[in-house]
Amino acid sequence: MSWHPKIPLHVFVFLVPGVLIYTIFSAWPLIDTLLLSLYEQDDSGARHFVGLANYNILLFDNEWSNGFWNAMWNNLKFFVIHMLVQNPISLLIAALVSNRMLKGANTYRTLIFFPTLLSVVIVGFIWQLILNPLWGVSETLLGYIGLDDYFDAWLGMEPTALITIALISVWQFVGIPLMLIYTALLGIPDELSDAAYVDGASPRRIFWKIKLPLILPTLGLVSILTFIGNFNAFDLIYSIKGGLAGPNFSTDILGTFFYRTFFGFQSSLGSPTMGATVAAMMFFVILVAVMIYFYLVQRKLQRYQL
Amino acid sequence: MKQITTTLSAIGLVTTAFMTYAPQALAGDLSIESWRVDDKSLWETKIIPAFNAEHPNIKVKFAPTAPTEYNASLNTRLTGGTAGDLIACRPFDVSLDLFKKGRLDKLNDLEGMKNFPDVAKGAWQTDDKATTYCLPMASVMHGFFYNKEIFKELGLSVPKTEDEFFKVLETIKSKSKYTPISLGTNDGWEMHQIVYTGVGPNYWKGEEGRQALITGKAKMTDPKFTAPYEYIARWNPYLSKGFKAQTYGDSQNLFALGRAAIYAAGSWDIAHFNKNAEFEFGAFYPPVKKSGDTCYISDHTDIGMGINSASKNKEDAKVFLNWLASEKFAELYSNEVTGFFSLSNHKITIKDKVANEMLGWRNDCKSTIRLNAQILNRGKKDLETTFWNVGAGVLSHTMTPEEGAKKIQAILDK
Amino acid sequence: MFSSLFNSSKNRGNSAFIHLFLLAYTLLALFPVFLIIINAFKTRKGIFNDPLALPTSATFSTKGFEKVMANSDFFHYFSNSLIITLGALFFILLLGAMIAWALSEYKFFGSSFMRFFMAIGIIVPIRLGSVSILETIVSLDLVNTKTALILVYIAQGLPMAVFILSEFMAQIPKELKEAARCDDVSEYKIFFQIILPLTRPAIATVAVFSIIPIWNDLWFPLILAPGEEARTVTLGVQQFIGQYVTDWNSVLASLTLAVVPVLILYMIFSKHIIRGLTAGAVK
Repeated sequence: MSWHPKIPLHVFVFLVPGVLIYTIFSAWPLIDTLLLSLYEQDDSGARHFVGLANYNILLFDNEWSNGFWNAMWNNLKFFVIHMLVQNPISLLIAALVSNRMLKGANTYRTLIFFPTLLSVVIVGFIWQLILNPLWGVSETLLGYIGLDDYFDAWLGMEPTALITIALISVWQFVGIPLMLIYTALLGIPDELSDAAYVDGASPRRIFWKIKLPLILPTLGLVSILTFIGNFNAFDLIYSIKGGLAGPNFSTDILGTFFYRTFFGFQSSLGSPTMGATVAAMMFFVILVAVMIYFYLVQRKLQRYQL
Repeated sequence: MKQITTTLSAIGLVTTAFMTYAPQALAGDLSIESWRVDDKSLWETKIIPAFNAEHPNIKVKFAPTAPTEYNASLNTRLTGGTAGDLIACRPFDVSLDLFKKGRLDKLNDLEGMKNFPDVAKGAWQTDDKATTYCLPMASVMHGFFYNKEIFKELGLSVPKTEDEFFKVLETIKSKSKYTPISLGTNDGWEMHQIVYTGVGPNYWKGEEGRQALITGKAKMTDPKFTAPYEYIARWNPYLSKGFKAQTYGDSQNLFALGRAAIYAAGSWDIAHFNKNAEFEFGAFYPPVKKSGDTCYISDHTDIGMGINSASKNKEDAKVFLNWLASEKFAELYSNEVTGFFSLSNHKITIKDKVANEMLGWRNDCKSTIRLNAQILNRGKKDLETTFWNVGAGVLSHTMTPEEGAKKIQAILDK
Repeated sequence: MFSSLFNSSKNRGNSAFIHLFLLAYTLLALFPVFLIIINAFKTRKGIFNDPLALPTSATFSTKGFEKVMANSDFFHYFSNSLIITLGALFFILLLGAMIAWALSEYKFFGSSFMRFFMAIGIIVPIRLGSVSILETIVSLDLVNTKTALILVYIAQGLPMAVFILSEFMAQIPKELKEAARCDDVSEYKIFFQIILPLTRPAIATVAVFSIIPIWNDLWFPLILAPGEEARTVTLGVQQFIGQYVTDWNSVLASLTLAVVPVLILYMIFSKHIIRGLTAGAVK
């Protein structure tokens, strides 16, 4: 029946359609992109092998490297803001709503998760309107609590634009770590905290000493997922600031830099080979982060077994 | 157990049913690529119907992309083979590059080409002037619009010199609640294409300075190129509070809602305000330094139309281009798409008051085009965007004119 | 601060503080959407003069919606998004379950390599292969088709589906399969009639995780299918707003049209969605 002695036909049938699509549209393109970064393309469209020359240009030629390192640095800031704001807020809310005695916990959780379902594009436009100084909604709202003097055109100023966009992203995505942490907290058997409670431990102590250590693997997972998500982000900045990622490239992250390099912008033309080089660099950054996660973080954290 | 398999196969059936339905473009259909999103309804309600009155069998669709995304997305569509049959051409190097890559057809033999002067064709020709690849459509002009009601209310008159200009701004700022100038730095391009290259020619004496920069005789760090930045930096106190996050659309809204007195304008804005502003507005050209100086204006060959080499319907595309070269179209375009001035030889009358006023500037002032549009951008991938960022930085006072000029010169020196 | 996490009946103030905090955050999560929807039903003057007010008889207007309907083919975009999302989902679930079953049930030459090969897709975002994906799609002559997007989304969704489903399938009791095998039931029948139905809870989780990114994606529609024919809602809204940026009536209306269906679907299915998301928890 089967032409390969070691793989029975039915296994083959189960595997082939999915693996084929995955290979053609995901695995191969990734490998091909890595290969393409070793080529350059001339005006006629012909490609020549150039070794690591593109990387040399991207990392060390001022015309490219300034933009690349700027995007890398901004991306890192974007990630740090998520780690400092999004994940603690998720942890706090997850801890609050996982308390089964709290009335309406499910309703809170359901409503707070809602923005996560919206398209990033729509979220971007909504916040752009709300923060628009011409419309004045934010100023009025801040006025209610006497802070209207602090309102400024945050999305348009170099020192604040990236932070503002990162906070919008936090607003939208807080629901995902929230759900992951919430699930992990529910997975902790009651006996553990009950026993500690009987022993006279305060709720605060129970959380810090018993629950938090048990969900550390989940927090590690949340961190690496945040990292991958952030270093792959594009839509939000594109919909708020366009491909130019202004003001003065202060909101340019690797995703937008990749887009401009690949497709070009205004009078500068796109280059598939340099685009592939940028994508390959993003690939390496994510790979390094994932490796650090697996070898340093995940190994040391003992997964709590149910 | 059965339920889930049934649901899955139902979804599958629906999907396949829809997927097999894939409409094909018919011969006789033309699709136009353009960055003129504001003109969409004018094309759909006026221009295309007028064309169809003469050629009822050719179905035309106007499919614009936002200006800042146009070049990039057009490029992608050309590469992917999904671009429209007719392509609105940016002037000079951007389209020249498309032609060199074989994306645009040669149009030397197009019947309608004879209706255009050499100056107009110059923006869409190879360097040796031997080949023309886009049909010239229109030029645009740059200056200022002002809200006549606000000027009347405050007893102001149109400024002729820079001193008068600042006096007007100061009066508006101190005596009223209106924003003196509606202008924002969020999008960037207006700062360069309307503002710097609009008011700058008075400093670099139009063509003289532009040619000197191309040949390398002049540098961006020369006073004639930094002085306009210093002048622009002085506008800062007269902008709205949130100008740094103000988009081009916001600027249009601010002026159209009657909340701002002056608007840094391109002539193409006339159509927008005719439709959206409930007050009378007028135009004035960039004020000169001292009374009696020659004035210069940026009168930019802005838009042409070419044929996608990969088009499957080139015959109809040519019919359409020849119609674009006709007197009928020149008349229609200049009057309907107000603020775009036809480049053809036909004598046409422009009915719109403001457009006519702007056209009259050609008699009073010397014309030039945008500073870096020709030759300078070649091989300099960041030049145009750096110009935008410098303009925005100078106006926001986050960059000095000298710093900005140095940044640009550094790119030119490469 | 975390002390407030726990029910202490003695401390009512604490509980009030928790509610206050959660209420405030819920408000923050919902208010922006609410603001957009109420302003979509106002006149231009109403929008600008008093953005925070509900529409009144003086400011009520549906002009924006009329314009959106007249100038863009919203229903067409919706049906595109629906077909693409459901189409991709169908194949992610079916093919994902098949691979997961093959990997978790059978030991064969290369099975551990295959597991690793699929795992790459979870770690590395498919977007990084865009340069090459576009070229493949062009050479298959699939640009601007729904098929192109469906194929790419299947490839994007499969690794996670395989991961979740194979973990789940590994827990299915051996006795069930063995009993069937003794009765000489074919391997295909075992999979489709016994295993697949048992996997239902995990399939719900995969469905939730797959639908959201596909429905909301801007990147692939932008580069693979920017044309009118296969345009999705997300891209349609993005481009519509790009074109009508000064016309706030239309902008707000188009945002509302994009948000409201999601809102309604969420209200109906929120229980299932949340259950799918938190399926790992046993309580």
